[in-house]
Amino acid sequence: MANEVLKVEHLEKYYQKKHVLHDINFSISKGEVITLLGPSGSGKSTLIRCLNGLEDFRNGEITFENKKVVPSEKNWQQLRQKIGMVFQSYDLFPNLTVLDNIMLGPTKVQKRNVDEVKKEVDELLKKVDLLDYKDAYPRQLSGGQKQRIAIVRALALHPEFMLFDEVTASLDPEMVRGVLNIIQDLADQDDMTMIIVTHEMNFAQQIADRVLFLKDGSILEDTPGKKFFKDPTTDQAKEFLQSMDF
Amino acid sequence: MAHSGINVLFEGTNFTRLLLGMWTTFKIAAIAIVIGLIIGIILGILRTFHNKLLRFVLRIYLEFFRIVPTVVLLFLFYYILPRQLNLHMPGTQVAMLVFALWVAAEMSDIVRGALISVPIHQRESGLAIGLTRYQLYRYVLVPQAVSLELPATINLITRVIKTTSLLMLISVMDVVNIGQQIVEANNQKYPTGVFWIYGLIFLLYFLIDYPLSWWAGRLEKKRLEQANGE
Repeated sequence: MANEVLKVEHLEKYYQKKHVLHDINFSISKGEVITLLGPSGSGKSTLIRCLNGLEDFRNGEITFENKKVVPSEKNWQQLRQKIGMVFQSYDLFPNLTVLDNIMLGPTKVQKRNVDEVKKEVDELLKKVDLLDYKDAYPRQLSGGQKQRIAIVRALALHPEFMLFDEVTASLDPEMVRGVLNIIQDLADQDDMTMIIVTHEMNFAQQIADRVLFLKDGSILEDTPGKKFFKDPTTDQAKEFLQSMDF
Repeated sequence: MAHSGINVLFEGTNFTRLLLGMWTTFKIAAIAIVIGLIIGIILGILRTFHNKLLRFVLRIYLEFFRIVPTVVLLFLFYYILPRQLNLHMPGTQVAMLVFALWVAAEMSDIVRGALISVPIHQRESGLAIGLTRYQLYRYVLVPQAVSLELPATINLITRVIKTTSLLMLISVMDVVNIGQQIVEANNQKYPTGVFWIYGLIFLLYFLIDYPLSWWAGRLEKKRLEQANGE
């Protein structure tokens, strides 16, 4: 495929003896949004952590923008500027202000001009309604606010591709919407390529171009979003959708 | 009051000599602490790396300085090194060397402990925004570790200052050594002089160490309050 961003082939992952990912194959093209669904412990988080080098894998290949990824500390460090990731545990750096949290990557890693980045960060903060908190420390923010900042921090690096690992799972219910809206905007307005692990089924249904359904470390379905939610192929997926009660 | 023991302090240049002795003590401690802390921070960071051999060697270094009593270390460096290695150093330099190596060892353990107690998610968040290993330590892990380790570091400093009272054993003219000399010289005239001299030495040590100790306690309390407020 011409505008293929990422391709995963025959990826296998073990924790010691435990085989957690079995022969994973899929690819994602520019602007596409994939949601990764499946029961707890099915390997969703492990899979997307492999995609930016936080987990090593035993066999298989990852190709990013038509170049094979040779897994090394240096290569991953370079790639992570293009592959943004946001985690469940919204870990802002508590020793830095909101602004410094966001500026760290663009100015220290990418060595961009401080004033330019500042201007851009202001814009981003305005978009997520948190401009007033720019000089606050993370401990002064609510969970939802922290998570929005964590997303801005990842976006400030101008990634080509974003990974979201259950970013709303540890938020209070009233905070969830605000965070999901930002992700939705990324899909709608910026045409961002994304892989999203989530348990918010309504959201997944709304945003997914494609669904990968993972169970016990294997991809059981790789189908367009609409089809998955209306008419999943496998019994396991049917069962899963029923159990989610949405 | 003519024969009151307290006058021993003001006989001749006694008082100035004691203060100068305290200055020597303070200088040795300060230089050893500065050098020791810098080396200790570096060793502590190295001890969080995955290289097994490196970690083993640094562990041995730590255990050696922790287990061997300071007196023995001082004697070892003062008497044995010159004889075996033909390395002649004045007592003050030996003292600085021994104390710096000791501080470095203890500090490496404090730094390592603080670094590994920074949550793993902090490390991953840092990596995820493309930080190199150096940047991760420089901007994320070390600053957070410092606030965790500061109280323990200050306590280490007070211990070092206290332990300088052993320096007389390797003939350094520190405050204890000078006090001892004054006591011996004035024993006839001021039989209770020993009480006053050591009383003053106690006071001098207390004046340096107590504020540090108080500061450490306050920082720890503040840190806990902040951590609970999260």
